[in-house]
Amino acid sequence: MHDDAMDSAPTGVPNSVRHHETVVDSPMEHDITDGGPDMVQFVDGEGNRLPTSAANEAYAQIVEDMTSEDARSMYRDLVLVRRVDAEGHALQRQGELGLWPSLLGQEAAQVGAGRAMRAQDYAFPGYREHGVAWCRGVPPENLLGMFRGVNHGGWDSNEHNFHLYTIVIGNQMLHATGYAMGIQRDGDVGTGDDARDAAVMAFTGDGGTAQGDFNEALVFAGVANAPLVFFVQNNQWAISEPNYKQFRIPPYQRARGFGFPGVRVDGNDVLAVYAVTKAALDAARAGQGPTLIEAFTYRMGAHTTSDDPTKYRIATEVDIWREKDPIKRMRGFMTTKGHADEAFFDAVDAEADELAARIRVACQQMPDPAKPHMFDDIYVDEHPVVEQEKADFIAYHSSFADAEGAR
Amino acid sequence: MTDTTPNRQKLSLAKGLNAGLRKAMEDDPKVVLMGEDVGKLGGVFRITEGLQKDFGEDRVIDTPLAESGIVGTAIGLALRGYRPVVEIQFDGFIYPAFDQIISQVAKMHARSLGHLRMPLVIRVPYGGGIGAVEHHSESNEAYFAHTAGLRTVTCADPADAYWMIQQAIASDDPVMFYEPKRRYHERAEVEIDEAAGAPLGLHTARVARAGSDLTLVTYGPMVKTCLDAAAAASAEGKSLEVIDLRSLSPLDTPTIMESARKTGRVVVVHEASTFLGMGAEIAAQVQRDCFYSLEAPVLRVGGYNIPYPPSRYEEDFLPDLDRILDSVDQALAF
Ligand SMILES: Cc1ncc(C[n+]2csc(CCOP(=O)(O)OP(=O)(O)O)c2C)c(N)n1
Repeated sequence: MHDDAMDSAPTGVPNSVRHHETVVDSPMEHDITDGGPDMVQFVDGEGNRLPTSAANEAYAQIVEDMTSEDARSMYRDLVLVRRVDAEGHALQRQGELGLWPSLLGQEAAQVGAGRAMRAQDYAFPGYREHGVAWCRGVPPENLLGMFRGVNHGGWDSNEHNFHLYTIVIGNQMLHATGYAMGIQRDGDVGTGDDARDAAVMAFTGDGGTAQGDFNEALVFAGVANAPLVFFVQNNQWAISEPNYKQFRIPPYQRARGFGFPGVRVDGNDVLAVYAVTKAALDAARAGQGPTLIEAFTYRMGAHTTSDDPTKYRIATEVDIWREKDPIKRMRGFMTTKGHADEAFFDAVDAEADELAARIRVACQQMPDPAKPHMFDDIYVDEHPVVEQEKADFIAYHSSFADAEGAR
Repeated sequence: MTDTTPNRQKLSLAKGLNAGLRKAMEDDPKVVLMGEDVGKLGGVFRITEGLQKDFGEDRVIDTPLAESGIVGTAIGLALRGYRPVVEIQFDGFIYPAFDQIISQVAKMHARSLGHLRMPLVIRVPYGGGIGAVEHHSESNEAYFAHTAGLRTVTCADPADAYWMIQQAIASDDPVMFYEPKRRYHERAEVEIDEAAGAPLGLHTARVARAGSDLTLVTYGPMVKTCLDAAAAASAEGKSLEVIDLRSLSPLDTPTIMESARKTGRVVVVHEASTFLGMGAEIAAQVQRDCFYSLEAPVLRVGGYNIPYPPSRYEEDFLPDLDRILDSVDQALAF
């Protein structure tokens, strides 16, 4: 999987840069709907299983080993995750949430990655990783608190090995790296014990690869040979900015410069994402160090509910990607292979309806926090300033209650 | 905008900034805008809307998503004779650039014995009250006001937005330009007399409302809140003076002291946590300079000393009319 695209990139491309033997074509030349020959892919847009290729060969066995049951439960995850996302979006539109970052289109990237993790592995998400959260067992309603404004993160990270959402782009990449270094120091790498060896996954977007923290994380992880998988969801846009405003070569090609392999995978092909991630995690747990995976996918919706993509992107691009829909593709594959029948698909849809209803009620019933709680959990040990302010706050507010009572 | 002078227009604060940026770019080809999404989208608050279309991609630069990179390269452009105006998307995202601002921007002129200049403006939409998620509502102006070598200012209304951004760009020193994001859409009549120039200097405080019983010293998003509080107090027969600082570093100390001597009572109001905030500096200076004129200790109303809380708390976190008037009553009771 060590790419050699730098050597094989076409020469003579207009607007390309040549330095000695290396040719780097302009990112403007890249078709953002086509991941190119390096991209690992197992199933085409219609759900047909693709033959073995140079790119997917290394992972083919993982896919071969999967059972019908694996396929069905992955499909179920895709559909339920999409439904969670749709409900989040609807709840924002109805005023129940202040904001919602949609994962529409990225379900396969997240479910494939999340499913490849073991219980003892640890995930460090950005803010759009609702599908990974699902695979880690975080109840979807717990994701809503931050976007409703009642908390900054409504789950116990250590209960699910799923860190809190991180809003500042890039920050979590270093946290993940440090966590992986901790796993190394605990000796939980390369023991050969499947229940013990652990790895970390760090998630960010294509825009996030520009941050200093991202690049420093790659440096640290490479130097430490940390058990870590960097998972870049290249959904082609960082709010209004396309890939060519963030990097000159695709993220997966950058890994080599930091001393470890990079792989590009079709982020809309859940089997391919699962297989590539599983291989990378297995390598990390075995002590072979980090891998950078670039899941080539697309953000079908707006950046968040506050965004207006019509200002910066063209509709035909969205249409092309709609044809690559990850759920449609998986369903086609399963039907062709006889992994499931209509009754199964209907049952999953019905389950999605129930899940959506449950989330909706949970969101609507989520109470506003008691106001003095804002002074809680700021420090572990006593802090006189915060305690004084809390006391003042309570006294101030009860003075209104007294005044009202006196009337 | 330039052909008719004087020219009265009803503008929002956001549009005032946009018009001011446009004017500065027309006047000086060395002015370049940089930041995330500032081009086609016009920035997440649309402050730079339409500017890339009119001035091109070389002057309105969509940068990679990297704040240290944005400020660091702006430093290089400034060294090369440009006047970069950098947009930080939200207050809470300035920290990756903190090192560049504190270590390099602020110190370049002094360390070069005055040979090098940093005519750089760093625009920061700041403050809360918009129901946003974490890191989108912070008031971190004190970090920068604390740092020698930077100028730190904040506009509170459309007219100041229009003029101050141009003054900041014209400054040969680096300016931290704080924009009260929850006031972006508030509109007011703006008088644009280009021939007369800006009505006030960049570092001049403004008496936003005259009064005699007590002085509210404030800036940015809290100016409107304090004006509302003063209006409410006047209904109860109390006359409050409101000072809009406009500049946090340097401070227009004479204007503050004149008012403190006149009213004998001062309450400082800001959104940032009070501990080591702007109010601490102002209180210290007032008691130093006006000790014998004071009828009451200088009080502060601010955010609490906690991280900016989830948005469902922000109504109570942020100073509002009641909390301001409560402190006013305390000061008047002395
Ligand atoms: C340090 C920092 N700067 C700016 C932002 C504002 N912001 C939020 S999301 C975003 C774009 C992220 O794009 P990408 O990394 O491609 O991830 P995607 O949202 O597409 O999943 C920006 C600029 C931020 N959250 N953090």
